[in-house]
Amino acid sequence: MTRLAPALFAALFLLLWEAAVRLSGVPAYLVPGPVAILGAFLTDPRLFLTSLLSTLGVTLAALAVSTALGVALAVLMQASRLARAAFQPWTVILQVTPIVAIAPLVVVWVGDPFASVVICATIIAFFPVFSNTAAGLAAAPAGLLDLFRLNGAGGWDTLRLLRLPAALPYFLAGLRISGGLALVGTVSAEIVAGSGGIASGLAYRILEAGYRLQVPRMFAALALLSATGLAINAALGALARALLRWRGEA
Amino acid sequence: MLTLDRLGRRFPNGTEALHEASLRIEPGDFVALLGPSGCGKSTLLRLIAGLDRPDSGRVAWDGETAPAPGEIGFVFQDATLLPWADAADNVFLPLRLRGRSRRGAEADISAALARVGLERFAQARPRELSGGMRMRVSIARALVTRPRLLLMDEPFAALDEFTRFRLQDDLLALWREIACTVVFVTHSIYEACFLARRIVLMTPRPGRIAAEIGSQVAPGPEMRLAPAYIALVAEVTHAMQAALAHTPPA
Repeated sequence: MTRLAPALFAALFLLLWEAAVRLSGVPAYLVPGPVAILGAFLTDPRLFLTSLLSTLGVTLAALAVSTALGVALAVLMQASRLARAAFQPWTVILQVTPIVAIAPLVVVWVGDPFASVVICATIIAFFPVFSNTAAGLAAAPAGLLDLFRLNGAGGWDTLRLLRLPAALPYFLAGLRISGGLALVGTVSAEIVAGSGGIASGLAYRILEAGYRLQVPRMFAALALLSATGLAINAALGALARALLRWRGEA
Repeated sequence: MLTLDRLGRRFPNGTEALHEASLRIEPGDFVALLGPSGCGKSTLLRLIAGLDRPDSGRVAWDGETAPAPGEIGFVFQDATLLPWADAADNVFLPLRLRGRSRRGAEADISAALARVGLERFAQARPRELSGGMRMRVSIARALVTRPRLLLMDEPFAALDEFTRFRLQDDLLALWREIACTVVFVTHSIYEACFLARRIVLMTPRPGRIAAEIGSQVAPGPEMRLAPAYIALVAEVTHAMQAALAHTPPA
């Protein structure tokens, strides 16, 4: 029953939504019901799915870049006190800077639409995977660190055999958060970039439908974004469970 | 011979953890450092291991070379095993850090696990083992390098009494078999009297060595009910009470 609960709740929610829209007589250009949204999607499914693939491509590229950068910087900051002192403020600046404030600049500076949206999404997705990995690298048990010292282990062996494996659960938790944020960052960057961006993602479809007051199309694109977010979260959750089970920790 | 010459250690917060602690430990001896929490037992053990540096005094290895990495075995309060590695890989760790190949170390790993009665659990992960079994793996890991000196920091404190008795019996048997020097930290008078040939009493604030009492009781499982053991417990209890009478209340 617990497993079915989300689907049952979603079905009930959609049913009540459709009933409320029909009974109140509110026009579809203000609040469309689920049936109207589905109809909007079915009028041009190829366009929506192409846009979805575009957004997904940017999201996955941003997630890959932010993961590589986040892990590399976390390892560097763990290995070098100087690097930690130098980079720590910049990671916080990246975290607190609103992407809408810098996305137009990135679009202008970078020029290439795909690269500029990936950069914006990477800035948003970077911090969780970085900070969680850094926390995991620092959380290696003190007793094991002593054991490595007693046996003459160098920094590389300690990193390879202790700190990195110990950081895996932290990294996976951060990756799951970053996965969602990469999508949020992609959509934000697409909206801010507007027609200056890649002009093919789901966010652009929302903007385009908004300009034309095609509200059901806006909702159709929004529903696809929500489904994509759920799928990314579920996939990264499954990856984390599989890896931890393989290591005998789950 | 290991000589501790007026060792002093003051922590950065101003606490004087150890005050002019001097001790001589003969090769093959079994010494228990006994005292209440905060008397500097673990600090003394870390200074011997080289995991911490004294502010005054010195640790000297008279007539023998200072131990190389791996020649000191350390068993911590917790088993401190790698949770993602099985028992055999955990035991292999000190050898791996010294550059041994897994294939070349197989016989040593099997022998170490057999010594602690876990030869059938080589493939078990730590979460699949009981607390007592995890501590046995930790002891096997400390012994696999055939250390000259085995340092044990309250290794049985977290175990139930039945498991603790069993492990104490097995530790005595191991000590007689491998004939290495053991320094065992405990806050249990019964444990110190049962295991050690020499009991070093320590008192807190600041941590200092208050007295040394030698044991003439023949070690072994049958000793628990021996009148000589009961008498030794009484003697150590009186000496500890006398030593603590001159310290500030806890």
